[in-house]
Amino acid sequence: MSENILEVKNLRAYYNILKGQVKAVDDITFNLKKGEILGLAGESGCGKSTLASSFISRKKPLEYVSGEVDLVGHEIMKMDEAEFKKLRLKTISIIPQYALDAFSPTKKIRTFIKDLAHQHGIKTDRAFMEKVEERLDLVNLDKSVLNRYSIELSGGMKQRVVMVISTILDPDFIIADEITSALDVSSQRFVATMLANLRDLEIIKSAIFITHDLSILYQIADRIMIMYAGNFAEIAPTDEIVARPRHPYTRALINSLPKVGIQYHDKRLSGIEGTPPHLLNIGDGCRFRDRCPYAIEKCEETPIREKVADNHYVSCWRWQELGSDLNVEE
Amino acid sequence: MSKNNKNEVVMSVKNLTKIFKSGIFNPEYTTAVKDVSFDIEKGKIISLIGESGSGKTTVGKLILKLINPSSGQIIYKGQDIAEITDKKDTQKYYRRVQGIFQDPFATFNPLYRVDRVFDMIFDSYELGFSDKDEAIRKVLHDVNLNPDRTLGKFPHQLSGGQLQRLLIARALLMDVDILIADELISMLDASTRIGVLNLLVESCKKNGMAVIFITHDLNLGYYISDQSLIMYKGRLVERGATKKIYENSTHPYTKMLFEAVPEIGDRWDPEEEFLPEQVVGEVKDFYQNNQGRGFVEVEKGHSVLFSDE
Ligand SMILES: Nc1ncnc2c1ncn2[C@@H]1O[C@H](COP(=O)(O)OP(=O)(O)O)[C@@H](O)[C@H]1O
Ligand SMILES: Nc1ncnc2c1ncn2[C@@H]1O[C@H](COP(=O)(O)OP(=O)(O)O)[C@@H](O)[C@H]1O
Ligand SMILES: [Mg+2]
Ligand SMILES: [Mg+2]
Repeated sequence: MSENILEVKNLRAYYNILKGQVKAVDDITFNLKKGEILGLAGESGCGKSTLASSFISRKKPLEYVSGEVDLVGHEIMKMDEAEFKKLRLKTISIIPQYALDAFSPTKKIRTFIKDLAHQHGIKTDRAFMEKVEERLDLVNLDKSVLNRYSIELSGGMKQRVVMVISTILDPDFIIADEITSALDVSSQRFVATMLANLRDLEIIKSAIFITHDLSILYQIADRIMIMYAGNFAEIAPTDEIVARPRHPYTRALINSLPKVGIQYHDKRLSGIEGTPPHLLNIGDGCRFRDRCPYAIEKCEETPIREKVADNHYVSCWRWQELGSDLNVEE
Repeated sequence: MSKNNKNEVVMSVKNLTKIFKSGIFNPEYTTAVKDVSFDIEKGKIISLIGESGSGKTTVGKLILKLINPSSGQIIYKGQDIAEITDKKDTQKYYRRVQGIFQDPFATFNPLYRVDRVFDMIFDSYELGFSDKDEAIRKVLHDVNLNPDRTLGKFPHQLSGGQLQRLLIARALLMDVDILIADELISMLDASTRIGVLNLLVESCKKNGMAVIFITHDLNLGYYISDQSLIMYKGRLVERGATKKIYENSTHPYTKMLFEAVPEIGDRWDPEEEFLPEQVVGEVKDFYQNNQGRGFVEVEKGHSVLFSDE
């Protein structure tokens, strides 16, 4: 087995709806290495959550089209459902987007934990509850929270409970989908740092951390992958992608983030005009081209994924010519 | 930086307190806002920053007269807005003080074309334009919307960012004095957010509109505002020129916010044990050690709450 927990090659997964195909995951290639936290960023609707579900729990309109996904040495797209389910429970845990909404205000946390464990296929015996208490301690929650109702807990505390349960079986990797998005900044820092700690403690081996917020990924991710409108845009180690982004979209995204210390009066940041295209029956070509200041005729063709350096790949026809100094505009 | 030093105050919030009562037989009281005071200056942006539940929206609602204060006053053009009771005067007030909220889709009726938000204000107010359509087209240009691709559309045919621009356009048409923007960009993506922010600042400069920019995001607050207010559990804990607060933050809660805010180029210290709940104790100690000092100016244009008696 390689050092990769997950190898995704040219994966395509579309939503088949009445009007046609929503091409939400269209030709995505990346690896998840053992021990790393891979950040996945991009505007809402670009296919981040779909990518996560495309290789774990495809439901109704979402259909696998083509490509390969190798999970700890198993080609899972060709596996039968029952076999895959067994492998999945052992290896992957997902914290879905909006997991916090699942807390019922009238249930005690203990009940919630048991329900959640059952969904994960875990027996809730005494040994399990002891482990839960141990892990709660790790995230600075007293075991007395078990007897509290969910409305008594802040969003940040509930997210800690979710993380405890999602990692209780020490999964090979965890997919954390927008787990910080609904939280206050203080809880964001705690929860994000906690994920990194769980990795350091080897409770989880690797993680895919999905968020629309690049500045959080900068804090904890080893590498960052950027998606745009269902396509792969760029992947690179965190410091590299921040310092030398090669895709005009990555650059624009970084440039649009305000920082403490920068005021409108001193330096005017610029956003990106326009909105991403609709993915329904979308045709060929770079999907960013309508908003890209560097678009040329060639961009009518779908760009291919090219290697920039070790661990750094980009899908843009003009990456070489534009260099990494994309921000020097006019 | 502004050239005229005479800053005209358009609204003064004085010792504002709001206590919510819920339940009838065993009433519970929530002090959502306690003893909050600040001035809003013409053409300036003031950020109201704090985590969820700190009372930001309640302040916004009080200013918009959606709820009544338990005590304290909001003085607008020399008058306590609590005294504005009859329908005509209330309408006059809303002519100049408007709010835009987080979810633009909630503001627009999905069954009507977006133009309706303009029709409604032209029906309700005497806006003084000779050519209504021309005025709308012009203001849409000002907020970077193409009138031909905007008018006649239904809300679901436009993006969240476009809808927020429409609402800003409406405020500009009405030439409001004060705009309450409650988390207005938190539903927008990073790349679209900044355009709406820039638009807000430009609108303030050009039209002399004041904005109360409610946010939980320090970076955004810093980017656009002249003045900042930090709220914690209903209290205003730090107030003043944005730069001063950020460079010289004094209240433990403000400090904690700065430590937590994620920023590209500045990594959280992995050695430092960061616990959000710790701030409760830190604030308590801070108040204990500064007993009786209250809300004090620590430098010109920068005040801090030292004890919450
Ligand atoms: N059940 C569905 N049926 C059809 N389209 C869907 C469905 N779920 C998501 N989509 C579409 O797929 C695209 C990607 O969505 P999603 O993966 O949720 O994006 P992200 O997680 O990056 O915000 C969007 O255009 C979205 O509208
Ligand atoms: N109508 C209401 N009835 C009772 N409590 C309320 C009501 N509205 C707000 N609160 C409480 O007041 C506090 C401040 O709320 P809010 O102003 O919405 O905070 P923020 O906007 O900063 O998140 C919270 O504790 C909230 O639960
Ligand atoms: Mg998602
Ligand atoms: Mg609010």
